[in-house]
Amino acid sequence: MTAAIQVNSVSKRYGSLVALDRVDLAVEPGEFFGLLGPNGAGKTTLISIIAGLVRASSGAVAIMGHDVVDDFRAARLSVGVVPQELTFDPFFTVRETLTFQSGYFGLAGNDAWIDEVLENLGLATRSNTNTRALSGGMKRRLLVAQALVHKPPVIVLDEPTAGVDVELRQTLWNFIRRLNREGHTIVLTTHYLEEAQALCGRIAMLKAGRVIALDTTRALLGRLAGLQLTMRPGGTPPASVLAHRIDERDGLLTLRLAHSDEVARVLAECAAAGCAVHDLEVGRADLEDVFLQLMADQPAADPLRGVAA
Amino acid sequence: MRDAAVLPVVSSRSVAFRTLLTKEVLRFWKVSFQTVAAPVLTAVLYLLVFGQVLKDRVEVFPGVSYVAFLIPGLVMMSVLQNAFANSSSSLIQSKIMGSLVFVLLPPFSHWQIFGAYVLASVVRGLVVGLGVFVVAVWFGPPAFEAPGWILVFALTGSAMLGALGVIAGIWSDKFDQLAAFQNFVVMPATFLSGVFYSVKGLPAFWQAVSHLNPFFYVIDGFRYGFFAQSDVSPWVSLAVMAVAVAITATVALSLLARGYKMRH
Repeated sequence: MTAAIQVNSVSKRYGSLVALDRVDLAVEPGEFFGLLGPNGAGKTTLISIIAGLVRASSGAVAIMGHDVVDDFRAARLSVGVVPQELTFDPFFTVRETLTFQSGYFGLAGNDAWIDEVLENLGLATRSNTNTRALSGGMKRRLLVAQALVHKPPVIVLDEPTAGVDVELRQTLWNFIRRLNREGHTIVLTTHYLEEAQALCGRIAMLKAGRVIALDTTRALLGRLAGLQLTMRPGGTPPASVLAHRIDERDGLLTLRLAHSDEVARVLAECAAAGCAVHDLEVGRADLEDVFLQLMADQPAADPLRGVAA
Repeated sequence: MRDAAVLPVVSSRSVAFRTLLTKEVLRFWKVSFQTVAAPVLTAVLYLLVFGQVLKDRVEVFPGVSYVAFLIPGLVMMSVLQNAFANSSSSLIQSKIMGSLVFVLLPPFSHWQIFGAYVLASVVRGLVVGLGVFVVAVWFGPPAFEAPGWILVFALTGSAMLGALGVIAGIWSDKFDQLAAFQNFVVMPATFLSGVFYSVKGLPAFWQAVSHLNPFFYVIDGFRYGFFAQSDVSPWVSLAVMAVAVAITATVALSLLARGYKMRH
């Protein structure tokens, strides 16, 4: 099966700065894929290469099997990109902007789909408003709408929810989820890790231009296996309990346990040692924990390559 | 794939090209007070001032009044300056605003982008030129000895400056760089090309210098269309313009094809 996005050993150098270092990725059709990493990790550079806005120094990218350089027409018709930068053309209204963008992709008479996009992104009442008069959130919606005018099979969103309110996030994700159910491949970068955890089936983590993890969201969460137990000990817990310690601050002790059965054992050992236990809380590791651990653990020179796609 | 919704769409290259051209034309038309009316007023002011001051002192071509002589020069000057302004300001604005991304993301070839920007420049040049002419005719209607040449030089002149505007718009990173290009290249080349005089009245050295300036040929050839009199043969001017258009177009196209300062 042809990958929705195939990234083969892509590097990008700006002078001596290496923005991307031999990145390999394959996003399968129909996936909801997350691209995570700290600022400057190379996410936007990678997306820009996929979009044809930036040219790779070496390596190749194909969208739905179409090389983004040699077969750029087919590649760009196959992908819709929501840029991170909030930008707009101040000369036109919302509807004019979308009609032009649709025409740029060679589509005439696309009004039915434009109406649907406007409706689904909550822009319908603003369709005759000049883009200059839109609020920041509305401009962001328009940017998403512009990426969707040609119904691309692959949709790439570069931090689409940066600085937008809860309502727009809900509207946006409902629509994007629907498009994903209908078969569109979604690639997302975001700083909101709970969003990535909730939406993405698979995640690549970038650090300093390298892929340091590439796995299903479930497997990534599984790397921090088991449970986190947080408690306020009334005395000194026994050494067998402290062996599980991962954090201790403000009198709160956090333990990592492999299995829920261990909770009872820890409590029993504390009780046997005469150490009371208060404010007990049991939680699962979330993506933020995984992210922070990976970013802290992985020296950029020693990439841990996850399951190859 | 699970749904017909994601089947590839049928994309038409001609729709894409026409849309970009329409958008580029509407971009200046929506602010036509600034992009059309203002340059017409400027040209008319030149005509009033220079025409009135010099009308009894200068007769450049036998039997042609100075005002009539001046009109084609001013029309062509407006055509050239506005053709340049259109493509260059559109590119620099969208580069600085970031909205150029909306042209870079769709599947345009460099030929399509070049064609749309240059054609829109030609349209603006011709619209402003026509506006100047219509007002100027009031002051002294010139003849139409060879209207075919009028059209030929209006088109080649605006195309050359449209392409030059594409080059300047791509090359400039900031508005002041573009302004420098306009003030130190386009303006001197226009003013020293015989808009207000015939280069035959210049000393030999400056005549020779003027003959190196392609703007001289486009104005001289354009004027030939009105009076059937010129400093050089319109065929020579046409040949020079053909070369000038070819050179500017080649440079602009190669910048666009390489994505110079656009696709990093």
